[in-house]
Amino acid sequence: MEFHDGAEPKLWELQTLEGHNDRVWSVSWNPVTGSSGVPLVFASCSGDKTVRVWEQDGATLSWTCKEVLEETHTRTVRSCAWSPCGKMLATASFDATSAVWKYVGGDYECVATLEGHENEVKSVSWNASGSLLATCGRDKSVWIWESLPGNEFECVSVLQGHKQDVKMVRWHPNMDVLFSCSYDNTVKIWAEDGDDDWHCVQTLTEDNNGHSSTVWALAFNAEGDKMVTCSDDLTIKIWETDVKQMLSGGGYAPWNHVCTLSGYHDRTIFSVHWSSDGFIATGAADDAIRLFAEGSNGLDDGASLKMVMRKDKAHEMDVNSVQWSPGESRILASASDDGTIKLWKLEN
Amino acid sequence: MVSELINANPVVYEKKERRVRNSVPPADVNEYSSEPIDQLEIFDHLRDIKDPEHPYSLEELKVITEDAIEVDDSNSYVRVTFTPTVEHCSMATIIGLCLRVKLMRSLPPRFKIDIRIAPGSHATEDAVNKQLNDKERVAAALENPNLVEMVDECLAPSFSC
Repeated sequence: MEFHDGAEPKLWELQTLEGHNDRVWSVSWNPVTGSSGVPLVFASCSGDKTVRVWEQDGATLSWTCKEVLEETHTRTVRSCAWSPCGKMLATASFDATSAVWKYVGGDYECVATLEGHENEVKSVSWNASGSLLATCGRDKSVWIWESLPGNEFECVSVLQGHKQDVKMVRWHPNMDVLFSCSYDNTVKIWAEDGDDDWHCVQTLTEDNNGHSSTVWALAFNAEGDKMVTCSDDLTIKIWETDVKQMLSGGGYAPWNHVCTLSGYHDRTIFSVHWSSDGFIATGAADDAIRLFAEGSNGLDDGASLKMVMRKDKAHEMDVNSVQWSPGESRILASASDDGTIKLWKLEN
Repeated sequence: MVSELINANPVVYEKKERRVRNSVPPADVNEYSSEPIDQLEIFDHLRDIKDPEHPYSLEELKVITEDAIEVDDSNSYVRVTFTPTVEHCSMATIIGLCLRVKLMRSLPPRFKIDIRIAPGSHATEDAVNKQLNDKERVAAALENPNLVEMVDECLAPSFSC
């Protein structure tokens, strides 16, 4: 991405969405919306135990809440994720269950409840094909579930290895390689061997340039050869892999530390997301949203990444989640402890 | 709750005399402008919290002192450093949770709150500090009815003798 002097990127606030009665933990965009005339849709989940589905009006471009998914989870809904086909929404709750919702006959219906974690489930993620779902939680484990016909989900693996609760799971955008980050300060990478067995193939620790406190989130660039992680240690880190080796070598190639961006954040960084055109957004406990992008010095080593924008007081309280919309519209959604979701348009 | 007390014989200190807060503003200050939140105000919110295992307040046990409170009203920041009565106090997390909950309920939502154990005063200082400042863990703890009951008991307004 080229970044030119005099063209500072700006985030324009489009709308503030109210409706949740408690902190909003997470937002997830429906990946098949926002192009071919399909209006953008995203889901949000909250400490109020509900999930809300929001849709943009094609004419007025304003956002309204279309659905409130309630009376399934009995505690905080910590995270949500749309399946790649956009037809199913998975949710993870502190009530120790995950749920899968499907849009049936004009309504979202809970079609499956996934039980197995001992206590709080903190994150849920679909793989690229939608055949596998991963969950993680306070019980230090990561579970992989296979989606079967008839809305059945079967646990195919329980992965132990983290020493503390697991904050987030994310599948690689095009390979069946799973990433998890934890309160134990590490990121673990899990891959399948030939016999349907999943193993930890790499651990990114403080000893190999990893984080020195809780790793809250991770995200990939569009090509899938770079990853960004964010932490309570007030840094974000960029990692990269050899994607060619990854595609040819059984699905896994080692990830190496590229650079650490420190000195930009003053409080915990809860969320990080990489846009398709190269902007890394962070959401943090100092109520601000920051954007990072590569400079124009032509080096492709990631070391040229710099902060290109800081939106102070983006929210009245902590920013828990930042997510770029799919498609070309360059909209960022942010969710906060103040109970609101904001939509921002990126202009530069 | 616990069959054996962690610290059976805590040292009990005298309570500080309560100062009357400056109720008459200086003449040159607009009487409608709000007074900034200061150290004493934070201390007043916390001093009467009951110790989880003794009929004494955190002030009487010197778990909390006014000096251990840092406040920066203009930047909406509060940091409370508390000193458990014994090094292995398993109640440290509960005390920290009580402090956080009391401040969350008393202060405007704009405030950022850090709760820490006094350096060197606890065997698992780092672990307790990390847990008390992980908002996801705090949120989960506050959905646990047993923990909430314990916290509410320590914060009960009836305890102000």
